[in-house]
Amino acid sequence: MSSRCYDLIVIGAGIIGTSCADAAAAEGLRVAIVEPGPIGGGSTAAAMGHLVAMDDDPAELALTRYSLHEWELFASLPEAEFSRCGTLWVARNEAEARVIPARIARLGAAKVEAHAIDTQNLYELEPALAPGLYGGLLVPREAVVYPPRMALYLAQRAQSNGATLYAGRSASKLGHAAGTDQVLLDDGTQLSGPTLVATGCALPTLLPQLPMRARKGHLLITERYPGVLHHQLLELGYADSAHGDADSSVAFNVQPRPTGQILIGSSREFSATDSAVSPAMVRRMLERAFDFMPSLRQLQALRTWTGFRPTTPDGRPYLGAVPGQNKLWVAAGHEGLGVTTALGSARLMLDLLLGRTPAIDPAPYAPSRVIA
Amino acid sequence: MSVLYVNGQRVEVPAGASVAAAIAQVTADFRRSVSGESRAPLCGMGICFECRVSIDGVAHRRSCMTPAEDGMQVQTDSGRLDRHAP
Repeated sequence: MSSRCYDLIVIGAGIIGTSCADAAAAEGLRVAIVEPGPIGGGSTAAAMGHLVAMDDDPAELALTRYSLHEWELFASLPEAEFSRCGTLWVARNEAEARVIPARIARLGAAKVEAHAIDTQNLYELEPALAPGLYGGLLVPREAVVYPPRMALYLAQRAQSNGATLYAGRSASKLGHAAGTDQVLLDDGTQLSGPTLVATGCALPTLLPQLPMRARKGHLLITERYPGVLHHQLLELGYADSAHGDADSSVAFNVQPRPTGQILIGSSREFSATDSAVSPAMVRRMLERAFDFMPSLRQLQALRTWTGFRPTTPDGRPYLGAVPGQNKLWVAAGHEGLGVTTALGSARLMLDLLLGRTPAIDPAPYAPSRVIA
Repeated sequence: MSVLYVNGQRVEVPAGASVAAAIAQVTADFRRSVSGESRAPLCGMGICFECRVSIDGVAHRRSCMTPAEDGMQVQTDSGRLDRHAP
């Protein structure tokens, strides 16, 4: 059976796969995209869409900074629903605020503007915060976007640059371990070419040698309440929840949507594998949010849902060649930062694929780090 | 009779009438959709949520399900938009 040849076959059309497909098609590569479900319908659709710099890992910060620069190109794109609300990290007390100078220094070194906020300033910025809080850290240039619509835009732009979308199809077999470059789809179609696997939580199906855990999260969205909330707010202890290893945790993390709706998060669970909303976890998450912003209690919720973050053992994504395979590449495992770092990840992948020197050091993301 | 205020305007309705009945004396523009379209009650029985207004400062209350009471301050989206118009 003859196979259809491509310069790059991207498996998975979430925010990572579509970013890579778009970047490759823009470079003139002949691109195929394989996606069994809706474009951006997995973790991408469940995500909050907060473009945020986390500074506790230098490698993650480098990728984030690189990526945030790329996001600026889409700041006025209607499909991105880009809203520059800024991020305000909230400290409950002086002890929590002690990390602020170090964080400002690290963010500043990465050219991310950040300011310390005193108590009075905190309540001027967000009058609805609970009394008795101490201060915070404002990152004014950060923004929120609408990830699934952005993924769809990127997939369509790739197609307008010649990419072929194999919609409703999944990859059932890769020949790259056997030294070929064949990809067999579930309907018997045979593709061939260098292949990039960007299937997020589903990575183990095709690449079981790369450890991946799905970390469940809950989100809730309210009716429209314009003017209640102005910035994306997170508690300063958020990184402890995000990067801690506890089996389950919650953190105060709320976001004003451009419509006036409010997204309320966040939760993290490793052991929960079903996608059902857990009322107990939602209650725990909301109690945390009400501690910081009691007036949220008065608002009407529209919907709650869950999603899964693709999580690697060290919290960094796999970006690079799959060891021991012929022309097989991976871009997956961005955990909760996939939307933020998608565009930079795509640039990095394209540089690696085309044999160019990437703008940032790719070594921290090399998949070879987990394969002895 | 109950006497209440819709976008600041005094309205009288018979005892037991809904807030929606009071609003209808002032405007047919109860709320605005996210894209700015004018909306008004469709079902009149609490299902469609198209009659939502702010009552005494509480947003998104269904006016068709809320009995009018003396002194209520009712605010529609159109009232808010008009007041803030340049």
